[in-house]
Amino acid sequence: MLRDITIGQYYPAKSVMHRLDPRVKFVGTLAYIVSLFIFNSWIGYVISALFLAVMVKLSKVPLKFIVKGLKAIVVLLLISMFFNAIFTPGHVVFKVWIIQVTEEGLILAAKIGIRLILLIIGASLMTLTTTPNQLTDGLERLMKPLNKIHVPVHEIAMLMSIALRFIPILMEETDKIMKAQIARGADFESGNLIHKVKSMIPLLVPLFISAFRRANDLAMAMEARCYHGGDGRTQMKPLVYKKRDMAAYAVLVVYLAAAVAMRMIGI
Amino acid sequence: MSIKLEHVTYTYSPGTAYEMHALKDVSLEIPDGQFLGIIGHTGSGKSTLIQHLNGLIRPTQGRVLFDGQDVWAEGYDLKSLRSNVGLVFQYPEHQLFETDVLTDVCFGPKNQGCTPEQCEERAREALRHVGFPEELYHKSPFELSGGQKRRVAIAGVLAMNPRVLVLDEPTAGLDPKGRDEILDQLKELHGTRGITVVLVSHSMEDIAKYVERIIVMNGGQKAFDAAPKEVFSHYKELEAMGLAAPQITYIMHALKEHGMDVDTSATTVEEAKQSILAALAERREKQC
Repeated sequence: MLRDITIGQYYPAKSVMHRLDPRVKFVGTLAYIVSLFIFNSWIGYVISALFLAVMVKLSKVPLKFIVKGLKAIVVLLLISMFFNAIFTPGHVVFKVWIIQVTEEGLILAAKIGIRLILLIIGASLMTLTTTPNQLTDGLERLMKPLNKIHVPVHEIAMLMSIALRFIPILMEETDKIMKAQIARGADFESGNLIHKVKSMIPLLVPLFISAFRRANDLAMAMEARCYHGGDGRTQMKPLVYKKRDMAAYAVLVVYLAAAVAMRMIGI
Repeated sequence: MSIKLEHVTYTYSPGTAYEMHALKDVSLEIPDGQFLGIIGHTGSGKSTLIQHLNGLIRPTQGRVLFDGQDVWAEGYDLKSLRSNVGLVFQYPEHQLFETDVLTDVCFGPKNQGCTPEQCEERAREALRHVGFPEELYHKSPFELSGGQKRRVAIAGVLAMNPRVLVLDEPTAGLDPKGRDEILDQLKELHGTRGITVVLVSHSMEDIAKYVERIIVMNGGQKAFDAAPKEVFSHYKELEAMGLAAPQITYIMHALKEHGMDVDTSATTVEEAKQSILAALAERREKQC
């Protein structure tokens, strides 16, 4: 049941996108998100959608898999579109009681919807093609300069990788406990809200206990291997930029420049 | 009054890169009152198999029948199936959540709609059956030892009065004494309450001593399905699957090779002892 949540889950495949340096993908994702907010015209959205489509094609991740992940954010998307549609002042299209929908509101809602969808697909493409370990490695390297102003970069990266690593473990655990309680006659689906919240107790208590137990075990295991933070720690596979990474940066610069140029000449 | 699996196939995450066939075309029948053992190496599909028995997962292909009715047919009451077939998961103590032992065991009967009095009565009976000391009934389950927690968890399922009890590695991580106690109590339950018991394990010693029939799982398929003696006679094939026959089987085969006329199908220490003594007596007679 919980296996259905696929948003941002790593998808193993052999593709250019998978081989790219995680730093490139991280910077690329940021640049893409920025570009979505620079573009302010329909033609701009077409360009960014095409750009994303090419990236998805290059990543060899099936579109079906990505769309399945989007299901999780449909509600969020609808809510933000709804509020944009009703709270934007302008030419009124129709009115129900005190709620009025304006033409400007509808256009804004459509734009917000497109931006959000592209943004989420773009961001999940990064996590789909990058293992959590690579991702934190990349982040650690990118943030290294911050070490100078005493930001504990390594510790932050370690925290992140542990958190990411624990998501599937805890999900599996939840699945297991849920099944065990269902076998004892628990009912997680029917009833009203209060009943539903109450029925979560047999799930949440064991889950928290197991999370604490696992955290304890992990801390002990790290201690036993003399882990003492980032100072003087080297990596087994240090990140090195290759030719394809440079090419990817070049593509990004061109794309971002195009976005800025289009905004400036007002297309 | 039986559970029947017909050509059951189960695939995890079908259609994705994580696709995995956990079960491939498995058919079997568990008649009423049997003490059945399921053995298999890690990842052989035994845990997936038992989750089919009480309708926790739906087979990708094939049918699961309980008392002749398809449990996945429209309108079938899965809740009643789950109170008929009790399932104790691996490390069941991880599912305890209540503030005291008795309330936790009451959780199952309460979900079945019993009155508080009935719940408590059933809980006390179940705890007695698993040999849990009465002075600890009002302790927090989290203050108990590993073996005691395991008992409470098993009692939690038993309190639902299931007709079939399925246990996934009920003795994993317990010391030999705790292991024997729990298995002996299961045997007793099987005798007194007349319930069907399905025991999943990878320890041949455990299984050889208690069960009347063994199903060996390998790579999601049924490799053997027979009485223990017959299954263990294939000990070479079992080894190829990463399993092993009980130590006794090896000793008896070694003795036979050295020219001693013993019964190689012995599976327990007691049987082996009888057979060796008989062989020795015979040899002495010949020498005289």
